[in-house]
Amino acid sequence: MSVILTVCRKEILETLRERRTLMSLLLGPLFGPVLFTVLINVMISRNLSSIDEVLEVPILGAEHAPNLIAHLRARSIEPLAQHDVKDVDAAAELVATGKYDVVLVIDDKFDMDFGTQRAARVALVFDRSKSRAASRVSRLRGALDGYDRTIGTLRLVANGVDPSLLRPLVVDELDVSTPASRSALMLGVLTYFLLFATLTGGLHLAIDTTAGERERKSLEPLLTLPVARSHLLIGKMLATVCYMLSSLALTLVAFTIALKQMPLEQIGMSSTFGFATAVVAFLLLAPFAPLGSALMTTVASFTKTYREAQTYLTLVLLIPTLPLAFATMLNIEPAPKLMWIPSLSQHLLVTTLIKDQPLSPLFVALSVGSTLVFGALLAALAIRLYRREAILG
Amino acid sequence: MIEVQGISKSFGAVRALDGVGFSAKDGRITGLLGPNGAGKSTCLRILSTVLLPDLGSARVGGIDLKTSPLAARRVLGVLPHSSGLYQQLTGRENIEYYGRLHGLGEDLLAKRVDALIERLELGAIANRKAKGFSQGERTKIALARALVHDPQHLLLDEPTNGLDVMATRHLRDWLRELRGQGRCVLLSSHVMQEVEALVDELVIIAAGKVTLTGSPAELAQRFPGHSLEEIFVEAVRRAERSAA
Repeated sequence: MSVILTVCRKEILETLRERRTLMSLLLGPLFGPVLFTVLINVMISRNLSSIDEVLEVPILGAEHAPNLIAHLRARSIEPLAQHDVKDVDAAAELVATGKYDVVLVIDDKFDMDFGTQRAARVALVFDRSKSRAASRVSRLRGALDGYDRTIGTLRLVANGVDPSLLRPLVVDELDVSTPASRSALMLGVLTYFLLFATLTGGLHLAIDTTAGERERKSLEPLLTLPVARSHLLIGKMLATVCYMLSSLALTLVAFTIALKQMPLEQIGMSSTFGFATAVVAFLLLAPFAPLGSALMTTVASFTKTYREAQTYLTLVLLIPTLPLAFATMLNIEPAPKLMWIPSLSQHLLVTTLIKDQPLSPLFVALSVGSTLVFGALLAALAIRLYRREAILG
Repeated sequence: MIEVQGISKSFGAVRALDGVGFSAKDGRITGLLGPNGAGKSTCLRILSTVLLPDLGSARVGGIDLKTSPLAARRVLGVLPHSSGLYQQLTGRENIEYYGRLHGLGEDLLAKRVDALIERLELGAIANRKAKGFSQGERTKIALARALVHDPQHLLLDEPTNGLDVMATRHLRDWLRELRGQGRCVLLSSHVMQEVEALVDELVIIAAGKVTLTGSPAELAQRFPGHSLEEIFVEAVRRAERSAA
């Protein structure tokens, strides 16, 4: 036991003294929360911004439809005072080149056709592939549809017809999702960042204590000491786990602070993510650290140099994230038969936690138990690899 | 006392050692001499228990390496080919780490480390990180590290490699001192001049086989009119011819 702790303490101390490594270990956990904050803020602002702000649209032929323009103005849609749109073709080109998001072209005969048997025409020029413009287009479209309905209704009433004749079907929508469950989709990405941060937190140590030690020729004298190789390796893996858990804790703290600053409520979501949730999430994710440490150490045992190990491990880092990607894409629900899969089970449990739903003790036990068993098996494999003579290279 | 009997070791198709046998006595400095690739390092790695021989047996202080490697490591101090110090640890921390892994208590450890630092004149570098050490400083610290558990047997793989004249002289003095304490010292080298003034026994090894053994005086008597250097070169040439 004292051997394991001696090795663990030395590996932790040695890494603490490498300033560059330490900086990357501290900055790594911040990357996820910062990226996440920026993404969510962009999403929210894109969805929200247009409702109150004045939308300026180049309108060709505004003089033909003063009433329509007044209707649009009442909805904060202003004709652009100066624009270089000459006709529909020019409008199409200007939208295609990205100068304008949307252009409204009012037909020359609009005032003549309006109020006759023939429908008055307007053309809405836009690019559906530009997602940035989508909210503006639909806002303008909505205002035009509103004008169409208002005038139509007024005409029916003027002719003594009940306007409800034209609406035989009324659809009422009842959305049962709670604010917390709606935010879960977005926050589901969070578990990905958390698991990734856990793994990257231990990456340097997993390599440095194995492939790195061999490359620097300090492994051979170490193996001449009256100490079981299994104890040496367990001490090294333990040091890796310490760094992984620190990285996880840092990431969780950063996320908790970041989520508090986000305007999630503005889009009908409420985040219940507080420090209490963060602590539970830490406990649910912690069993993943020994597994990740053993996995990375096993892979690093096959390699000869730090660089080689780094190449392989960057690929290995993707493996635990695969179940996560599937779960998010296929919208998988927690089930007992899924709870033995490491990383997927952590994802499902943390997502449940974020949705503010009760955690099943059975699921938690299955997740923690199976993850620890997988971790122990991989650690045993790593120890076996370390008993080979080829380990000296 | 180190006893080696009929040791063979192959790496794939390459036969590194082919029935090597010799012994190194307590209170003597034994030199394992041979050209590059003769099998010196492999032999020392087997003796330091990081490799297992395919055939044959070896004992250190009467302890069989195959059956009780952990017990053997307790009576062995090893100075490997590359010092392999931890760059981010200070000289003292490097020595202490090995002491702790040898299971020394903190009091005894502090006493041993202080004594070694004083004897090897390491005071100036003991509290500096190993990152900036010269080759001579690295070898000194590695030697202190190998001696921290007061081993009866000392294995040194080309210890004078990369050392300047002064450092080499110091190393020789320490090795003589260790011999004077009754320890068994086994070192390897590929240069006869470096060891002929130091060693009591010579084991010349070439192409994985022992070709000649004896003290420098005995060898000079057996091949009158030849320098040790010439005797060494001739022995190696003969062994390599018969292997080819």
